[in-house]
Amino acid sequence: MIDVEHLSKSYGATRAVQDLSFRVEKGEVIGFLGPNGAGKSTTMRMLTCYISPDAGTARIAGFDITDHPLEVKKRIGYLPENNPLYLDMGIIEYLTFIASLRGIAGGRMRERLRHVVDICGLASMAAKDVGELSKGYRQRLGLAQALIHDPDVLILDEPTIGLDPHQIIEIRHLIKNIGREKTIILSSHILPEVAATCDRVLILNRGAIVGSGTPEELSALSSGGQAIVTAIRGPRDSVEAALAAIEAVDEVRHLGEDGGLQRFELLSREADAVSEKIFFAVAAGGWSLAELYRKSINLEDVFLDLTMREAS
Amino acid sequence: MKNIRALFWKEFKNYFSSPVAYIFIIAFLAVTNWLFFKTFFLTNQASLRPFFGLLPWLFLFLAPAITMRSWAEEKKLGTIEMLMTLPVRDYEVVLGKFLSAFAFLALNLALTLPLVLTVALLGDPDPGPIWGGYAGACLLGGTCLSIGLFASGITENQIVAFIIAIVIGFAFLIAGENMMLYSIPSSWGPVFSYLGLGAHFQSIGRGVIDSRDIVYYISMIGFFLFLNQMTIESRK
Repeated sequence: MIDVEHLSKSYGATRAVQDLSFRVEKGEVIGFLGPNGAGKSTTMRMLTCYISPDAGTARIAGFDITDHPLEVKKRIGYLPENNPLYLDMGIIEYLTFIASLRGIAGGRMRERLRHVVDICGLASMAAKDVGELSKGYRQRLGLAQALIHDPDVLILDEPTIGLDPHQIIEIRHLIKNIGREKTIILSSHILPEVAATCDRVLILNRGAIVGSGTPEELSALSSGGQAIVTAIRGPRDSVEAALAAIEAVDEVRHLGEDGGLQRFELLSREADAVSEKIFFAVAAGGWSLAELYRKSINLEDVFLDLTMREAS
Repeated sequence: MKNIRALFWKEFKNYFSSPVAYIFIIAFLAVTNWLFFKTFFLTNQASLRPFFGLLPWLFLFLAPAITMRSWAEEKKLGTIEMLMTLPVRDYEVVLGKFLSAFAFLALNLALTLPLVLTVALLGDPDPGPIWGGYAGACLLGGTCLSIGLFASGITENQIVAFIIAIVIGFAFLIAGENMMLYSIPSSWGPVFSYLGLGAHFQSIGRGVIDSRDIVYYISMIGFFLFLNQMTIESRK
């Protein structure tokens, strides 16, 4: 659906995007992840034909962004960074304006308006002016506007920035629902968000892709497996030896001692199987098990790791 | 065409979504009526010449006030990114903005028609200069608006846009004035007097519609709208 080939863009001496290439298949939801200034917005602006690349090109649904910008724009729904809106327009007035420039008219206009107001949960606000809306509702309006022409591709630049946790969950939910039938690119610098909504993640730093894969693949990349934390009451040396003897365990790290409890972190490629084995090893040694949990997927580590490596 | 229409209405309604439009109309009518009636009964002539005589100076300040918001605010709010990623061509947006500013100015001019009525009731004015004056006012106004639109496109600060438009407009306005023509080498004279905004207005205002004057205004408008489109495209 989206083919990006060697895309580059500089602002003066700063190279915002350098030689970026990737593909997005139809129906995929992919996330751009990266620190501020990584080139996420610049890439999105090039894909939506707001700015043109210095070199390279991209095709969206087969249309080249430099040769056929109008055809590309028709197929994209775009939510720009910070969700700019005309504050002194009414909500319906704003959606009607966007729809008419999207070539929607007559009965289809009414039908589409009703549809997007419905799925974005704007019905109770329909009579208000854009300027009167809270941030969460503005974000919904931004999404409604991007969906009005039923586009094949959605490009969402930081769709949940500045929202409270409750609103973030709602917007995420909305994106997930939409994502069932559409190709979506979204950007974020918040890791759990990308992990929660995206099929695939591209980590960008300084205008280049420094890592890509599913959220699970990426977290596996950082630690070489998954981590399990356990606290056991017993003599440190023998417990450590027993844990290290378990087959699937690659590495045992002593985290500290706390009132007779020895804390360990275990790295393993098969975290599912290893928990039970730890239990039996502890039982066999006659010690007691106080804690045993799998550390949650930690994209944060991958992210820091990959972006720091690039910087040094 | 459909796109231009949608853009036109969005911009035109935008003028009236805040009190600015009404304040503007009241100010415009107050100033024009005051300046007109100040001398009307003294000169005792059934003519609109005093009114049209001051229009170039009035437009110099009022046209930039109409257009200063057009692009500057879109840039400041970031809505320009929304607008330019819709399937519209850049020139359609430029034309939509220009035509709505023009319609707003034309509305203001239409509201001065009671002056015509007053003059017609009290005397027997020559209709040629009056209709010529209005036609010239539309062309001159359109030119000032296209300058203002261009100025608005190069900054995101409305005040800066306002001042730049006045400076450019002022330069064109005095280019054709006698004082200017005396102080430059005489070989440049015809160029400067042709470029001057005011002289063409005066000749149309006499009721003589000369194609050169019309060509002058239309090409000035076209030139600044073209510059406007170039600056908007330069974001790329």
